[in-house]
Amino acid sequence: MVFRQIFALAIKEFLALLRDKRSRFVIIGPPIIQLLVFGFAASYDLNNVPVAIYNEDLGGASRELVSHIEGSPNFEVIAYIDHDSEVAPLIDNRDVLLVLHLGQYFSSDLLLGNSASLQVILDGRNSNTAMMAMNYLNSIVLDYNLSWLASRGKSGAFATLQTRAWYNDNLQSNWFIVPGIVGLLTLLVTLLVTSLSVAREREAGTFDQLLVTPLRPMEILIGKAIPGIVIGLLEATLIIVVMVVLFEIPLRGSLGALYLGIGLFLLSAVGVGLMISAISVTQQQAVLGAFLFMVPAIVLSGFATPIANMPPFVQWLTYLDPLRYFLVIVRGVTLEGNSYSLLIHQYWPMAIIGFVTLSLAGWLFRHRMY
Amino acid sequence: MSSAALKFSAVSKTFTDGRQVSALDDVSFSIQPGRVTGLIGPDGAGKTTLIRLAAGLLLPDAGDIRVLDIDALAEPLRVQSSISYMPQRFGLYEDLSVQENLDLYADLQGLPVLERPARYAELMQMTGLSPFAQRLAGQLSGGMKQKLGLACTLVRSPRLLLLDEPTVGVDPVSRRELWQIVYRQVQEAGMTVLLSTAYLDEAERCDEVILLHQGKLLDQGEPAKFSRSVAGRTFRVSTQTLSHRRLQEALSRAPGVLDALIEGETVRLVMETAQPPTAERLLPGQTDINISAVEPRFEDAFIARLKVRRTDAPQVEFTPPSKIDAAAGDEVIRVDKLQRRFGDFIAVNNVSFSVRRGEIFGLLGANGAGKSTTFRMLCGLLPVSSGELAVAGYDLRRAAATARGRIGYMAQKFSLYSNLSVRQNLQFFSSAYGLRGKQQKARLDWALTTFELAAFQNANAGDLPLGYKQRLSFAAALMHEPDILFLDEPTSGVDPLARREFWARTNALAEAGVTVLVTTHFMEEANYCDRLVIMADGEVLAAGTPLDMKMQARTVDNPDPTMEDAFIQLIEQRQQSSEVEA
Repeated sequence: MVFRQIFALAIKEFLALLRDKRSRFVIIGPPIIQLLVFGFAASYDLNNVPVAIYNEDLGGASRELVSHIEGSPNFEVIAYIDHDSEVAPLIDNRDVLLVLHLGQYFSSDLLLGNSASLQVILDGRNSNTAMMAMNYLNSIVLDYNLSWLASRGKSGAFATLQTRAWYNDNLQSNWFIVPGIVGLLTLLVTLLVTSLSVAREREAGTFDQLLVTPLRPMEILIGKAIPGIVIGLLEATLIIVVMVVLFEIPLRGSLGALYLGIGLFLLSAVGVGLMISAISVTQQQAVLGAFLFMVPAIVLSGFATPIANMPPFVQWLTYLDPLRYFLVIVRGVTLEGNSYSLLIHQYWPMAIIGFVTLSLAGWLFRHRMY
Repeated sequence: MSSAALKFSAVSKTFTDGRQVSALDDVSFSIQPGRVTGLIGPDGAGKTTLIRLAAGLLLPDAGDIRVLDIDALAEPLRVQSSISYMPQRFGLYEDLSVQENLDLYADLQGLPVLERPARYAELMQMTGLSPFAQRLAGQLSGGMKQKLGLACTLVRSPRLLLLDEPTVGVDPVSRRELWQIVYRQVQEAGMTVLLSTAYLDEAERCDEVILLHQGKLLDQGEPAKFSRSVAGRTFRVSTQTLSHRRLQEALSRAPGVLDALIEGETVRLVMETAQPPTAERLLPGQTDINISAVEPRFEDAFIARLKVRRTDAPQVEFTPPSKIDAAAGDEVIRVDKLQRRFGDFIAVNNVSFSVRRGEIFGLLGANGAGKSTTFRMLCGLLPVSSGELAVAGYDLRRAAATARGRIGYMAQKFSLYSNLSVRQNLQFFSSAYGLRGKQQKARLDWALTTFELAAFQNANAGDLPLGYKQRLSFAAALMHEPDILFLDEPTSGVDPLARREFWARTNALAEAGVTVLVTTHFMEEANYCDRLVIMADGEVLAAGTPLDMKMQARTVDNPDPTMEDAFIQLIEQRQQSSEVEA
């Protein structure tokens, strides 16, 4: 009989959510937009970096190097300059990210068998981008060196690197980012749905009406957790489908292992959402609370920046973040093809977090009824 | 050049908010300077729209408005600089003191600094706020806030004063004082006043009354003119052999009766014609019936005008609650030395009373008297600070969840799910109380027919008209046939006709043995209660039957006091005794 009452409550939650145009939109609209924005726009790959060439050399060697750069998909030469004074304005106005300067004696030095030097002037304001552009340029120069030596019938006396990137052959960064979005958006929607559910009722005055029914606080909690879990599951499934179909990201591991992870992840997300819900009095507070949790959870999860780069103290904090474990699972299943046994150490911490947050939410429910 | 202070000619105003709502429909009237005109009508009649149009804050869809001979359509700013308008919720700054609020409004309205001291002194004296000049506005009582709002509105003596429901939720004593202030302005400064009110008894205090209903102007005239229309048609009936509820129920079905209203132990009748009723005609077979003629009131005329006599009204049938266990005894609710503190503030202090089975028990008092706090503690929604309470033998905050299945609760403001349909709401609440299958279906059908909600069953609950929302809340609270019913301000904001319907249903429930605990700030509704307590500042002022209370207030000058008179007398006694103590 109690199950029927909980079921009735869950049905009511769904109806309340889906009959309202605005909350329907919140569940469907933003996730799709964010998925497309993240999937298409967020990328670590640099393409068509604007560069300027300052070539004072008239020899063939310099022209060959320049044509290497012109031919690279990473760079786009937008200016050829022939005076020192033109460098600063181009960089200052962000017209180019780097200027490559070939000195007067570049070709002749090379032809004489000496080493010739090149100068690169980089816009260092965004250090990350500058470093990457630098790396691209380095590999072009390395290529150039090898072909120069080969054309002279000499072979390089140095070691060369043969790169094979496992799991992501072409090192496409959206193979890293898009699976992360599964976790990110599932967390966002679940958190919003659950954290608003009680606050909405408090604002409308319906919560009192609910509390005077024979439903126990624990049963209300379960009734409110069910819609969060169901909607989170649907949301995750939708994003996984888009990920595989639209972004062509491989799904190499077992779906079961992935869904076990999603299930545990949702438990902890719902627990956090209901905790926020139990504390906040207005919907505004609930949304604020959800974002107060969301932002650190994303930063600490390793979604964008590696956890290994964080100071030890902060690394400890990441163990409290359910998203951290889920990202390992979703990346593991999609790119590595991992199965249950390899992910076991991600499952149990999420189970503990879910258990603790749900219990805390239950406690808060009972002790903060007014 | 017309002499009217305010003139509406064929004014219409429609709002489009998803659906078209005609707020005012072809309204024409004019009011004379130097008089107090009351705008009377139930909620949603268009009172606020009319006042906002007069203040030049809204533009009509059709028609002309002249305020103090200024065209309000063409020059709204000139209108606003020559009138004063006090909206329903006056914008007092709660973190400023009384004096600072006055200063602020004087600055806003450009009152010359030299004129201020004299005007302030006058206003302070008039409102009795001088001792509290340095107190923060947020710490004033509801009545004092309203008086301060009025003082701020009157900072610059306007020629036309517009007041939108200035007395809502204000206790009777402050209400009387507000009226005194308004009349002083009229007499001393020759001001013209237009005020709206949902309290029908206030109509009699106006020089002239404009009656609005569903956006249409029904009539305009002196209140006495309205009362005269039902002269000779009002009677009081009493009997020893029937309970007053059964009497009222029987009389409301008797031939020729337009309205039957419980007044203490008696029933007030409004007849369809001026022919005096006979006991035999009203209640065939009953002896021992006293019928006496009474003076007509404004409310009688209002009801006579609006009430369409219905013969098809569904019979209100309530099965006696089955869950009553005889062992629990006759005392259903017991409250003993109840106290609730919020920080330093004592919201409920030393409240004790008990309620017997099948009784309608009232908690009366102004807003902020502690009624709702007491209520929420009884329902287990708020922990008590000290004292004891028991509902059907349980403290609902600690009792097993099943104990809550015996009570029905109707909250102060509409608190069902607005975006669920009527049917879904009823379905959810019946499921939450464990109803299912055939039984649930039967109760759903019962609710939809008894409360005449069938036509609306697929409409969103939030889109219902106010009266229907109240019916729906009532129905939802009754789905599981509770034997104790908690009703928190069930009739606030509901028009007099819907209120009568509501009380008819509540009476039928009480007759069936349901115990009803109800709070209200309408003093006149105390007449429906078997017993009641009057609360003020968190304490019980008096307890007893409505008749007891009125008897205490009986004087030579006032042989037939109303509940409101009794309340005012109690408050004054309390003030005197606290002064003696001080």
